[in-house]
Amino acid sequence: MSTRLAKGGRLIDRTAPVEFTFNGKRLKGFQGDTLAAGLLANDQVMVGRSFKYHRPRGIVASGPEEPNALVNLGLGARLEPNQRTTTTELFDGLDSTSQNHWPSLEFDVGVVNNYVARFLPAGFYYKTFIHPRPFWKHVFEPIIRRSAGLGKAPTEGDADRYEQAYAFCDVLVIGAGVAGLKAAKAAADKGQRVILLEQAPTLGGRAPVDQTEVDGQPVEAWLSAMESDLAARDNVTIRTRTCGFGVYDHGYVLADERVADHTPGDGRPKHRLWRIRAGRIVSATGAIERPLSFAGNDIPGVMLAGAMRDYVVNYAVSPGDRTVVVTNNDSAYQTALALKAAGLDVPAILDARDQATGPLPEAARAAGIRVLTGKAIAKVKGAKRVTGVTVCAQAGEGAVQEEIPCEAVAMSGGWSPVVHLWSHCGGKLLWDDTISAFVPDPARPPLNHDGSAMVEVVGAASGDLTLDGKPTIPPVWVMPQGAPIAYRNKMWLDYQNDVKVSDVQLAAREGYLSVEHTKRYTTLGMATDQGKLSNINGLAILADAQGSQIPQVGTTTFRPPYTPVTIGALAGESRGEIFQPLRRTPMHEAHEAAGAYFEPVGLWRRPYCYPRAGETHEQAVHREVTNTRTNLGLLDASTLGKIIVKGPDAGRFLDMLYTGVMSTLPVGKCRYGLMCNEQGFLSDDGVVARIDEDTWLCHTTSGGADRIHAWMEDWLQCEWWDWKVYTANVTEQYAQVAVVGPNARKLLQVLGGMDVSKETLPFMQWADGTLAGFPVRVYRISFSGELSYEIAVPASHGAAFWAACQEAGKALGAMPYGTECLHVMRAEKGFIMIGDETDGTVIPQDLGLDWAISKKKADFLGKRGQERTYLANPDRWKLMGFETLDGSVVPDGAYIVAEGVNANGQRNTQGRVTSTYYSPTLKRGIAMGLLKQGPARVGEVVEFNTVAGGTVKAKVRDTVFFDKDGEKQNV
Amino acid sequence: MSDPVSALNGASAQGFAAIREVGPLGMITLRAKGLKSLDKAIKAVTGTKLPAQRRIEVNGDRACGWMSPDEYLLILPYADVSAALASLAKSLAGEHYLAVDVSDARAVFRVEGDRAAEVLAKLVPVDFDRLEPGELRRSRTAQVAAAMWKQDQGFTLVCFRSVARYVFDLLANASR
Repeated sequence: MSTRLAKGGRLIDRTAPVEFTFNGKRLKGFQGDTLAAGLLANDQVMVGRSFKYHRPRGIVASGPEEPNALVNLGLGARLEPNQRTTTTELFDGLDSTSQNHWPSLEFDVGVVNNYVARFLPAGFYYKTFIHPRPFWKHVFEPIIRRSAGLGKAPTEGDADRYEQAYAFCDVLVIGAGVAGLKAAKAAADKGQRVILLEQAPTLGGRAPVDQTEVDGQPVEAWLSAMESDLAARDNVTIRTRTCGFGVYDHGYVLADERVADHTPGDGRPKHRLWRIRAGRIVSATGAIERPLSFAGNDIPGVMLAGAMRDYVVNYAVSPGDRTVVVTNNDSAYQTALALKAAGLDVPAILDARDQATGPLPEAARAAGIRVLTGKAIAKVKGAKRVTGVTVCAQAGEGAVQEEIPCEAVAMSGGWSPVVHLWSHCGGKLLWDDTISAFVPDPARPPLNHDGSAMVEVVGAASGDLTLDGKPTIPPVWVMPQGAPIAYRNKMWLDYQNDVKVSDVQLAAREGYLSVEHTKRYTTLGMATDQGKLSNINGLAILADAQGSQIPQVGTTTFRPPYTPVTIGALAGESRGEIFQPLRRTPMHEAHEAAGAYFEPVGLWRRPYCYPRAGETHEQAVHREVTNTRTNLGLLDASTLGKIIVKGPDAGRFLDMLYTGVMSTLPVGKCRYGLMCNEQGFLSDDGVVARIDEDTWLCHTTSGGADRIHAWMEDWLQCEWWDWKVYTANVTEQYAQVAVVGPNARKLLQVLGGMDVSKETLPFMQWADGTLAGFPVRVYRISFSGELSYEIAVPASHGAAFWAACQEAGKALGAMPYGTECLHVMRAEKGFIMIGDETDGTVIPQDLGLDWAISKKKADFLGKRGQERTYLANPDRWKLMGFETLDGSVVPDGAYIVAEGVNANGQRNTQGRVTSTYYSPTLKRGIAMGLLKQGPARVGEVVEFNTVAGGTVKAKVRDTVFFDKDGEKQNV
Repeated sequence: MSDPVSALNGASAQGFAAIREVGPLGMITLRAKGLKSLDKAIKAVTGTKLPAQRRIEVNGDRACGWMSPDEYLLILPYADVSAALASLAKSLAGEHYLAVDVSDARAVFRVEGDRAAEVLAKLVPVDFDRLEPGELRRSRTAQVAAAMWKQDQGFTLVCFRSVARYVFDLLANASR
């Protein structure tokens, strides 16, 4: 059994005990423990079940590479699935549960998969569930989804908050082991601004466990001197618990700081995502130890040798009384020596090499440990925990020579440099035969904008696995080398996704040559650990099966993030009220107070309607329409785009932008205009006012203001840069109120201050003045067919002016109205709406707006586009009005059906609805829509399809349903 | 007529830095380039010289900031905007320029305290350690455009009026 040793443990504080739970069991640990260390100290060797076969799994590693020991961490609003116990710091009250088992960790029904493993080979899902087709969706997938999967998805909103922060430095060092610390100091000595990131809570990397001396000094002394040196410098920032997880172009690095994972609920943000812009990046990310592929290498108690060393030295955890060490390199001997030093037994070191003669093997022999060279593990004995190993010759086929009882196995298949950060932006790799691993190729680094190397790699990450440089590590990919299929069937490559040596070999036999295809077919390296332990071993198996070499097979692509990053950190502050910007007009609060029901228009929120008590939204809209048509309606039109265009060439410029002529517009007058893109499609519309000889004010749609302003600047800056025109977007400078209805003029007269009579201010003119003391510009324009004024006031007076209009309008029957009422009224008049009648494929001619297109102008944006044969085709769908024969409302999005069906068996179409409403004024459904050869078909009856099936008949007519002669607005 | 009301009516929040909305503040967007009379025209309104690229020249309650190669932001008391526009019209008569009142189109915040830069560093991709006094940055605050500069033991930040509540909530949240 695994247990806590009586003394030692450099990271734990024995005076600070903590209590935690695992699957409801109350366990004890110490401050400084990781959850994995705490579990091992309590003999919790088995911590989960595997993904596919539900095999018992234990802790394999001691860092972020851990594939097995993932838990559901926390409860309720703090539940997080797939948390790695090896990087989770233990704290008092921590709750954890194991994953992927049912009904319990100890007894799991899914383990039956283990016995039918031969029916679950590589590519099993692809092969088995493909037929019959409907079965996948309705039978296979639901079952697989329930029985597979790792952690539980949280069902509550996250109780914690997250934030992001920007940082800048000359040199960013990622990894604070010996190499990283030295790199940081060297840069700091040069006066450079340095940021040093370390994923663990402490500095030093593996040195305190693996080394006795650094630069001739005892390791702890060297480390503490270095720490205080760096801490004392103003130009060095050290961030622990911070994983630099992604390198992007131009020295951009993302890092995840685990601010309060270990102190939940203390008010600090749980994580902080750092967005760092670095002049130079130093990757000092170390190396990850590789497992060896022997039968039963996944049984709880089999652990990476380096990890076991960490548990013994850092946390004073004994993995068991007797540990067999199995290795192809010298580093694992350190584990044997550490176990011995802790008073534990190492019955044997099985070394796959024929000879082991270095200082470490000699030290092991001197310590009385039995070293067997040329040997391998034939098989690990045990089910839920290791009970022993059988020994064979590495060169053979697994004939058992000896059986050694033990509680734990420490394995080392060599070390793979962590080349991820080097590779994220295109750094290339070399295969290094000395250490049997991929290392960064310094000749082919990821590049900066100027062609210089963006990332430099130091220490173990560069292949210098020890402080003295490179050890020799021979390749050992299968143990024993001639292992039969029964053994290869139980050699795990990817623990988390349950991929075995035999699966990769099968994929190769089935013709998978590309490593990227093999990865996806077998799911090797596709789990949450992204193959940190399995990739190289898997590549080696694939290369061997293909009779190829590892460098020829190559690696899969290294992509950020290096370790999983919680979505909360990526979202940062963007949740709740500040999820996204919400644009508010100056009258927004008044609308809220009036109980408005809002709808999004771009990022604006506009009142859709103002429902009264007991009213549905539909009833409210009908009331607003009727009141505006009979009395007086008030609309907050502040969101309308307003762009000033000024200069000697402004008229010429606007003549190019609009399809009509704006240069001839007299000062004081307004003109409706259309804007098209170069292809001729209608892009925006609005009323243009001539302010003075040099200046125009262009109104755009609410959603189009920023886009049209950018469009103008694009043409002025990139194409017509020598034209003397300046623009300014003054949309937000003005609150704008539409005063609409038969009593509109009366309201302005009550407010008082300027002459708004028919004679002084006729239709399509504007005037500056004051109303009720407010400085205003009044435009007499109408989007409803009613007598209507749009009144612009400085935004700082918007709320007060809106209130003044309501107050003065009381006696005149004034009611505020929303966007839906606006829509209904404009549809009754046959006015088009950008986004309803247009969708990027519609030209003005389709909408019968030929009158707004100048025939005289030599050019305007869209002119040539509209002359293309397809757009000039008389068969195009054209805008018409429609009246259903039964008075009903045509469904939104309905098509006008035609005879016959198309190649897909769908009904042919000859048009579609663009706007459809119930008209409270006409008391029937009205619609506008595009119909093939529409104008020639007035009086014809066509059929719209409906959601319920069937069709609704409608008569084709013109688009102006109400007050065709414009008598209402012309008063 | 009512008094002008700024977007949030002077809202404030106190975290590890102090956030407050200021204003209404007079602001004029002036677009012009290479005009001989420009120096004088600006001096007459703000009392400052023409700012160099990415700089803001401050003179008491008036200032002139460089916004782009052909755009300046003039800051002055709200009540003086009309007179300033008239002054510009006079100084720049006959020249090609555009001067518009944008006082009401903006919201202005002050972020103050020893740790003010920390608040902004969570929202704005700007190296505040290297932001010089008198340097004006046009950048973004989380998801919206903003301009900012160091002034009097803190920062002044300008954004569009419609997103004033969003920016205030961001700043208050970031100073928790």
